Amino acid sequence: MESTIKHEESAKSAVINKNINLFIDNKAVPAGSGDTLLLAARKAGIHIPALCYHEKIKPHGACRLCIVEIVKKGKSRIVASCAYPAEEGLQVFTESLKITEIRKHLVELYMALFPYNEEIKALAKKYGLKETRYHKENNYCILCGLCVRYCAEVKKENAIGFIGRGTSKKVAFIPDSSYFKYCVNCMECMDICPTGVFPSNYGIERLPQTSDF
Amino acid sequence: MSEKEIKKISGLEDLVKISEKLKSLMEGKTVISICSGTGCKAYSSDDVHGKIVEELQKKIKESKTNADNIVIKKTGCHGYCERGPIMVIHPGQTCYLGVKPEDAPDIVESAINEKVVEKLLYKDENGSSIEKENDIPFYKHQQRIIFDCNAKIDPYSIDDYIMIGGYQALAKALKEMPPDKVLSEVKKSNLRGRGGGGFATGLKWETTKNAAGDTKYVIVNADEGDPGAYMDRSILEGNPHSVLEGLIIAAYTIGANHGYIYVRQEYPFAVKSIENAIENAREYGLLGKNIMNSGFDFDVKVHRGAGAFVSGESSALMAAVEGNVGEPRLKYIHTAVSGLWSKPTNLNNVETYANIPHIINNGAEWFRSTGTPGSSGTKIFSLVGKVNNTGLVEVPMGVTLRDIIYKIGGGIKGGKKFKAVQTGGPSGGVIPEALLDLPVDFDELYKAGSMMGSGGMIVMDESDCMVNVAHYFIKFLADESCGKCVPCREGLRQLLYIYERIINGQGQVEDLKLLEDLCILLENASLCALGGTAQNIVVTTLKYFRQEYGAHIYYKACPAMVCKPLIRYEISSDKCSGCTRCVKVCPVDAISGKPKEAHAIDQSLCIKCGACMEECPEKYSAIAKSTGIFEYEKEKEAVFADKGQ
Ligand SMILES: Cc1cc2nc3c(=O)[nH]c(=O)nc-3n(C[C@H](O)[C@H](O)[C@H](O)COP(=O)(O)O)c2cc1C
Ligand code: FES
Ligand code: FES
Repeated sequence: MESTIKHEESAKSAVINKNINLFIDNKAVPAGSGDTLLLAARKAGIHIPALCYHEKIKPHGACRLCIVEIVKKGKSRIVASCAYPAEEGLQVFTESLKITEIRKHLVELYMALFPYNEEIKALAKKYGLKETRYHKENNYCILCGLCVRYCAEVKKENAIGFIGRGTSKKVAFIPDSSYFKYCVNCMECMDICPTGVFPSNYGIERLPQTSDF
Repeated sequence: MSEKEIKKISGLEDLVKISEKLKSLMEGKTVISICSGTGCKAYSSDDVHGKIVEELQKKIKESKTNADNIVIKKTGCHGYCERGPIMVIHPGQTCYLGVKPEDAPDIVESAINEKVVEKLLYKDENGSSIEKENDIPFYKHQQRIIFDCNAKIDPYSIDDYIMIGGYQALAKALKEMPPDKVLSEVKKSNLRGRGGGGFATGLKWETTKNAAGDTKYVIVNADEGDPGAYMDRSILEGNPHSVLEGLIIAAYTIGANHGYIYVRQEYPFAVKSIENAIENAREYGLLGKNIMNSGFDFDVKVHRGAGAFVSGESSALMAAVEGNVGEPRLKYIHTAVSGLWSKPTNLNNVETYANIPHIINNGAEWFRSTGTPGSSGTKIFSLVGKVNNTGLVEVPMGVTLRDIIYKIGGGIKGGKKFKAVQTGGPSGGVIPEALLDLPVDFDELYKAGSMMGSGGMIVMDESDCMVNVAHYFIKFLADESCGKCVPCREGLRQLLYIYERIINGQGQVEDLKLLEDLCILLENASLCALGGTAQNIVVTTLKYFRQEYGAHIYYKACPAMVCKPLIRYEISSDKCSGCTRCVKVCPVDAISGKPKEAHAIDQSLCIKCGACMEECPEKYSAIAKSTGIFEYEKEKEAVFADKGQ
């Protein structure tokens, strides 16, 4: 992991001080070197939904809400904007027909997983989704990993981690019973959690209560 | 030849000399090669080997003429594992199948007298014997380039490999070909990766070669996570030096001094075999510092991977080698440029590397003369399922599925009707009968909605339910994926719910659309290729076997009578004589009835195990298995046309 950060830094420094111009939704947007598409869009006031992104942590690419369509050499591709680096002249579409179709499916899936998040509610409204056709999980934890990564990368504590894989993957304190050994009790992971499940799991009542669309 | 004599090989001439010498030592010898692959081992081939050695020793003690002319060799997998233990006697190529320890005296005796043991030969459908390995239908229609040596060499003997020309390609590359020349030869050969995606190997090497940085890595992917596939294991177990030689050539071309061989934990013999090969190659100066006095240094480590199916994905595999969780990462910068420890890294499959020495020895032109223009060379498939001959088969790219299944596989078991063949493992899809004449190469399989994958080929017959097959693979992926990204994890979870509904007779008309929508999502929004290809099995079964989905959903019928909740066992009161045998055999006491009175099954208790039907005496045949409502059979054609299928 360490090395990936280093790599990203070196990738950044390699192109430093070079301003990039790209097009997001046909609008010319300047970007700093090393910026991701998501960052460039945010700086230009263009909203791209994102649930697993945090400016202090490395991109994770798990929520997939930030997908955009890019066109390069006449070829179109779908990428996660939170990780894709800004490139000179790149055409980016945040709400192309294809993106709308796919993100709409994705939001419907989220509605079965965790319908309470404001971003998900807003997107559902935007796409005219009132109900989900999928089996309701109401799992609360969407495994965005913000808590895990924040603890590891910002607090350098590694008190929380993922366990299991596939559909049985979970977030847990590591090792579950003796987490106090590592945990500095900063509580910051609780604030960072986009679903609020984290506080509730540990006895703090912060669950959002409505799921109206 | 004593080891001291040939230590530290200095180059091509040296290798040729040693090879000639070893060959001359073997001249006039009869070699009994006994397969010691994992398949044959399971059939006690080690006992057979022990007995043969014992028997031969006896003959030598008796100073039987010719006895000292016989050499016994333990080799790797010959491919026809189902008929193991396999034995081939060279130079005559006499092939014995299903050899038992007690056959040892006959075998040794006849080898000495240059006779054959008739009863151990392959018998064709007319009952006549076939003596030579290459005349047996299973082998006759194959073209073995990679696998050929497996049957000829002892994988634990580097001398054996050198005898058949081993490491000459490496020597040639190091001495006569600058890295650019090797690269251009590999590019010209059109070799495409055998690990699944079929990516052009030359291009990949070039990217890593040209990437900035002095430290570069080369890795062998021997994760082989596809259920039922074992060609990579068989190459590593049977001919480890071929992979090693290919790897060293790749390292030389790219400019890497360190390599890793990632072998899955479940392959202990493969690990042992490759570790032994590495050690021997090091002793001979083929690995380590200044290889064959060329100034090129390279060494390699074996990494034992204990991950899931997803760990075979390139970025996940590299994370695992680094000691992290084997989970794919975002890779908008290719691993070829920033891979292991963020250094340029070339990852290839076992079989891809094993092709390299052949390309360097014989040239790109030669390599391209086999296969199709888009996919050159041969490919090893793991042919399993409902065919008469299962095993590992190597064929030129472009042969048809029909040839593989009927000529090599000997057709469908038990005279049943072919239904579909699943290719490419969990990333692939199914191919129906109508496409059996499809030439097998990367592009054609892709066009049909499936994949080459690493070469899994599961043949299915009329008794297989396609909905159930799709469910099996989706379940596999739900368990064996990393669970990181939402579309893949939640998409697979929802797919599972839907399949479980359909199989349980609770499928709804809308489910077909849901399946299709999830497929679009998985394909386009997933983080890695596991999610991106997971939909292939759903899409192809829906496309080619939609009727079967329809039967499950509209008629609550499983036409192949596989999905238990949809089948019923019923006792005909007319035929039942009241023998009570079924009553006794039923594990859940679901059958009621007194002697001499017709019995009946309580459907609410029945677990559909089928034991009663098996137990019912043939003269009565009173128990029948059925599915769905009666009309299904009558109406199916019309109805599916109706419903806009
Ligand atoms: C989920 C998943 C599993 C994979 N498993 C394997 C594997 O077991 N063996 C393998 O060689 N390649 C596997 N691959 C492909 C590798 O990512 C990679 O493309 C390959 O090893 C490259 O080698 P090649 O170019 O020689 O084919 C897998 C890919 C995915 C997405
Ligand atoms: S923000 Fe990009 S995948 Fe979650
Ligand atoms: S293991 Fe003996 S033929 Fe495959």
